[in-house]
Amino acid sequence: MASNTLRTATGRTLHDLNIEAIRAGELTAEDFRISGETLRRQAEAAEAAGYWQLAENLRRAAELTGISNQEVLELYDALRPGRSTYKELIALADRLKEDLDAPLTAAFVREAAEVYQERGILRSS
Amino acid sequence: MRSKRFEKLAQRPVNCETFIKPWPEVGLIAVDSPLDPSPSLKIEDGVVVEMDGVRREEFDLVDHFIARHALNLEVAERAMARPSGEIARMLVDINVPRATILEVASGCTPAKLVEIAQQMSVLEMMMGLAKMRARRTPANQAHVTNRKEHPALLAADAAEAALRGFAEIETTVGVARYAPLNALAVLVGSQTGRGGALTQCAVEEAANLRLGFKGLTSYSETLSVYGTESTFIDGDDTPWSKAFLGAAYASRGVKTRYTSGTGAAALMGHSEGKSMLYLEARCQLITRGAGSQGTQNGSISCIALPESLPGGVRAVLAENLIAMMLGLEVASGNDALASHSEMRKSAKLMLQFIPGTDFITSGYGAIPRYDNMFGGGNFDVTELDDWYVLQRDMQVDGGLTPVSEEQVLPVRKRAAQAIQAVFHALGFPTISEAEVEAAITAYDSRDMPDRDKVADIEAAQKLLDGPLSAVDIIKMLEEAGFHDVAANILEMQRQRVIGDYLQPSAIFGDGFKVLSVLTDPNDYQGPGTGYRVEGERWSALQNLPQAWDPRTYLNSLGAVQERIWLEEIGPAERGNQLEVVIALSPVFGAEINHTIGGLDHCDVLSAVLQGIQDEGLPARVVRVHHTSDCAFIGCTGAQLSGSGVAIGIQSKGTTVIHQRDLAPLDNLELFSQAPNLDLDTYREIGRNAARYATGQPTIPVSVRIDNTARLRLIVQTTLLHLYETRLVESDRSPTELRMS
Repeated sequence: MASNTLRTATGRTLHDLNIEAIRAGELTAEDFRISGETLRRQAEAAEAAGYWQLAENLRRAAELTGISNQEVLELYDALRPGRSTYKELIALADRLKEDLDAPLTAAFVREAAEVYQERGILRSS
Repeated sequence: MRSKRFEKLAQRPVNCETFIKPWPEVGLIAVDSPLDPSPSLKIEDGVVVEMDGVRREEFDLVDHFIARHALNLEVAERAMARPSGEIARMLVDINVPRATILEVASGCTPAKLVEIAQQMSVLEMMMGLAKMRARRTPANQAHVTNRKEHPALLAADAAEAALRGFAEIETTVGVARYAPLNALAVLVGSQTGRGGALTQCAVEEAANLRLGFKGLTSYSETLSVYGTESTFIDGDDTPWSKAFLGAAYASRGVKTRYTSGTGAAALMGHSEGKSMLYLEARCQLITRGAGSQGTQNGSISCIALPESLPGGVRAVLAENLIAMMLGLEVASGNDALASHSEMRKSAKLMLQFIPGTDFITSGYGAIPRYDNMFGGGNFDVTELDDWYVLQRDMQVDGGLTPVSEEQVLPVRKRAAQAIQAVFHALGFPTISEAEVEAAITAYDSRDMPDRDKVADIEAAQKLLDGPLSAVDIIKMLEEAGFHDVAANILEMQRQRVIGDYLQPSAIFGDGFKVLSVLTDPNDYQGPGTGYRVEGERWSALQNLPQAWDPRTYLNSLGAVQERIWLEEIGPAERGNQLEVVIALSPVFGAEINHTIGGLDHCDVLSAVLQGIQDEGLPARVVRVHHTSDCAFIGCTGAQLSGSGVAIGIQSKGTTVIHQRDLAPLDNLELFSQAPNLDLDTYREIGRNAARYATGQPTIPVSVRIDNTARLRLIVQTTLLHLYETRLVESDRSPTELRMS
């Protein structure tokens, strides 16, 4: 992937990510986070090679770059069997779509809610 | 009544294992359960309404996920209509490229994929692996753990594993709370050995994810998927939660691979009467559907279960092939202990080793089995040379590069010092000089000093809960003077933001060059194509530290110039007394002074002379110049002997008792295995020769039998004989010798 146009999640270039900057204390772990844009470009590359599901995964990943570690862990937990009610999953999907700019993930959670309901693996109350 | 042979058979290692007859109803069947469905697919208005005989209304979680995410509906109807036998033949047809098969397989249901594999023998499946493996360059993964969770030993072992060429290094813990420290030690160690080895720490998913967020790990293969709904629920996940987790890892620039394997559902009691391979095909479609980069499959920790059944090992190969047909990176098992029998274990390995997979083992114990926290492991550090020799024997790349002790020791030392410096900078419990020293040369963690576990666990918790990340580690290493290690860890972090290693089959080659299905796609299409072990790589694989140059052996023999103790006193004449002639080969006791068994030629000759003297007979010593062949040397001696009996001795020690009226290649006694002869035997040979000369009844000399002698010494035998043969003077007559 072309490195000259690449930006990290915090907007830095690859050139910025050097040992001097680390020594000077100018960089944090956040500066080494992959950006949504980069993940979408990786998705395009995967799709062009015939990996359309990997592309979808990378596009969902792109959406998750804007969500905190803690919330990502909570989302994962909510999708595990028997953790959420149907309403809770739908509310989560709405929040992902409306507040977190994550429409693909939202659709994925919504789909899970439908299937979980059909298979009876939601939390009952 | 009990046969002693059957008793021995019962004690063989392979019979420590359990072999059962199939019981399909509980899933104890490798392939073709009567309850396995036939392939079917019905699509209405772009929606799958029936798959493998199950109507949509009856779909379970797994069916729903596969129907919605895994199948390429654009090609599915055509793919399903194509006869399975035809697709199987495409897999072994070198004229059909990988891409064509990927497209067909993308429209196949689980039962269809199994039906294709079921047309194939293991040999044909191996051909399939060679073509369908995603990455052109095969690789291997290491396991690095130890019972004491000792950070210096973890770092040193990770460094050595990276140096040996492992592309990925996986660690885990005995006590879960150690995870952050183990991840840290393996990260620092791995990047000391060679920049670019990917690392992971296998722990519970949430903790795993947090380690990834911090940059302490760069890949994860802990995402288990299962072939039935009940197993999934027991595993506390669903295909959707796993797929979400996959996206979560990718969102932080962490490479991921799912894991599954034949036998898991049966082991967990939820097979629904389906065969192991059918359920695994479902797992692979979930893996593909979720958008995983790849899979760790090949039965993994369940391996002994399919192995208890007929066709089990073949089914495990079939699951590797099915995963590759779906385009996935495959870390192909061979990680958990597969047999008590070395023969069975190695034979099973060959199914993946010879064709090559993305990771031939999904965890080779780069540590002693004692310290392997993944259940002991299939192969361990003591078997590395076996692996190297197999690579060299077959000209096959098993992903490992031979290294010498001189290369390994400094790297282990530097890795232990690097983690020592990091612990110091972090204010974590000190790693002492004694611990560093012990880590350099340790066999296993019993050679390591004990640590304060409570303090270490506190430090681990601080690392996990606090803001510390890989960036802090880089800074500390840089400031402590470990510039190279800091630079490598920095590059690993930079690669996280580039994300090229989020593509299938990605590893780092030299100079952090990403080798993946995009940059290094497998282009095998028959002889002369695809990955070939040649050039520099073949040289590296040949160059075992223990391999020596045979020219030096000849030189060292030629250089030996000890005292001259055999003196030529003139042409050898035919004797006319009752005697035994000892006929020596051209350079016996001259340019060559020792037998292949290490006996001094002077001692050998003295022992033979002593034996003849024991029987009261005189002896003459002659040298034969015109041949180096033992039979002809003996035969020549017999012509010269007054009694007609002679002993012929070659430099390497091979000896014959000959008699004048016998054909040249006949003999009275032949001692062909020179390494097994000792001085007592030579004396007895002398004695027997004298008894033959005097016509007494004689019991042949009994010789110690060691059938490994030829195996061990055939090269040296060849070189000695070659040397002697070069010094043959074909037109020179025998000469009489005197000992001085």
